[in-house]
This record gives sequence, structure tokens and C-alpha cells, in this order.
Amino acid sequence: MIYVTVGTQLPFSRLIRAVNDLAADRGLDVFAQIGPDASHYHAIRTESFISPSDADLHIQKAELVIAHAGMGTIITASQYGKPLIIMPRHFQFGEHRNDHQMATAKRFQDFPNITVVDDKRSLAEAVAAALESVQDENYSSVSQYAPDEFISELRKLLV
Amino acid sequence: MSRNRKIMAVASEGGHWIQLMRLRPAFEGADVVYVSTNPGLASAFGLQNFHLLPDANLNKKIKLMYLLYKAFLLVRRERPTHIITTGAAPGFAVILCGKLLGAKTIWLDSIANADELSGAGCKVGKIADHWLTQWEHLPEKYPGLEYKGRVI
Repeated sequence: MIYVTVGTQLPFSRLIRAVNDLAADRGLDVFAQIGPDASHYHAIRTESFISPSDADLHIQKAELVIAHAGMGTIITASQYGKPLIIMPRHFQFGEHRNDHQMATAKRFQDFPNITVVDDKRSLAEAVAAALESVQDENYSSVSQYAPDEFISELRKLLV
Repeated sequence: MSRNRKIMAVASEGGHWIQLMRLRPAFEGADVVYVSTNPGLASAFGLQNFHLLPDANLNKKIKLMYLLYKAFLLVRRERPTHIITTGAAPGFAVILCGKLLGAKTIWLDSIANADELSGAGCKVGKIADHWLTQWEHLPEKYPGLEYKGRVI
């Protein structure tokens, strides 16, 4: 199963449409959490919102995660060592209030489990590559806690 | 006699919350009260001491007033000695109320804010005892802002 998520705040129909087309072409099994988006997508299963436990479970079970460049998904997928494809939201397309997701994507593009895409074509290529390598590649999972040095800095502030 | 440390850890659901959860080892040894906007987070993360606040937006005055009122009641009831938040609006409200009620306050700006701080992140700088970013280059743009590390 491929799990797709765009967070809870805003729709991201450019990504969901691209995933839907790809699923129709290739017969992929996709479940997508699409946020406040009233469109119908015929080739994939969708929910607007799911509970935090279900979101976590879907990431845990998915063979591949596709998402907007939201920190919650980036961190959770990395903690589970899951391959993750991210498409940042663009301000110019009205997909967010600013372009901070572009910076986030750039910041995390070097993580071994993460591939950044920007359109339908690069998404299709990244999905094909991820599904091909998913059987023989297990990404090492990131610790579920912040680095020790940062934790000890915070401990000093919390006295 | 000094009373026990009680940390109130606050974040709205989603990325803010996931970042807050990565800080948990920093809270060891203190009583911790968690605060967020989605009731499902308590069971998803196995948290006992969990409280809800409404979400808001700094541009929506009525919702923000309601959030501030609920935050004030919560902070007055729980009396934390320390408050730490990764944002957004609920964290801002709790820091504001916490300052009034004598808590030490820390704002850790989201790692998603790479180029500039959010509206709440800018406003909270004058109020919080510690105003932290997760991007090394941002303190030069905002006097008083500090970089001490990042959650990932």
C-alpha cells in the first residue's frame, strides 16, 4: 500500500491528482489523506482527515509514503525508515501562505529515504524507482528523539 | 522551599506536535503536562497527563480571545514552573499566560520556518524567556533569537 498525506490545514490537489492519475495508469493500491478537498478521485481511496494513531499506523504499514513537505510526515516516515517522496507546496499556485515548504524540502533532500519531486513526471519516476528498490532496501530509521546535544541544551534551560 | 518542577509542553497537532515529542528526554525528572489541539494524540503517544486547547489563528480575533481565555484557565489551574512549546497559536497563548503567572518560558520555533519566523514566532520573542530557532542563520536576522540545535 502507498500512503499519501497532505496534512490537515489545506488541500493539495496538484499532488493528489498526480497520484490518482499514476494509480489509474499503473494499478497502484493507494490510500490518501487529502485534507479539506471536496474533489473526487476515482482511482484511489481517500479520507479528508484521520486520527493521529491511524496516521502513524498507515506510515508504519506503507511500502512507500508520498506527502507534501510537512515536518510531521518527514519526521515520522524517517523514524520508521520508510521511503518518502515529498512534493513541496508552492505559494504561486495558492498551495500555502508562503514558500517555506521549498526550504524544508531542500533541507531534507539529502536524507537517504527522501526524494523530492516537483511535478507529475518527476513523481512518476520517483514512485517507479521507489517501488523497484523497496524490496531489497531498508532504510535505517532515525532515532525518535532529538540529538543528545540539543536535549542537554534544553535541560539546562528547563532548570 | 522550592516546589517541584512542572513542565507544560505545548504544540498544535501535526508537525509542531511531532517536533515536541522528540524533546521528551529533556523533560525527564520533572512532572510533565502535555497540551495540544487533537484529543487523539494522548492515546497515540501514550500520554497520561494531557489537556486540550482550541486551535486559533492570530488573524482571527474572536477565536484567539477564546484560546487565550482557555489557556489562562489551564495555566492557572496547572501552575507549571516551566513552559516549552514548538508552536503555534496554542503555544503562543500558553507562553503569554505563563509569563503573567510566573513560569519560565521557552519558544522553540518550528524547523519548517527556514527563511523567516511565523507571525506568532515573531511576536513571542519579546515575551518568552528563551526564543529559539532551529536554523543557524536566522539569529542574525532577529536580535534576541538563539540557535541551540534542532529536533532532527
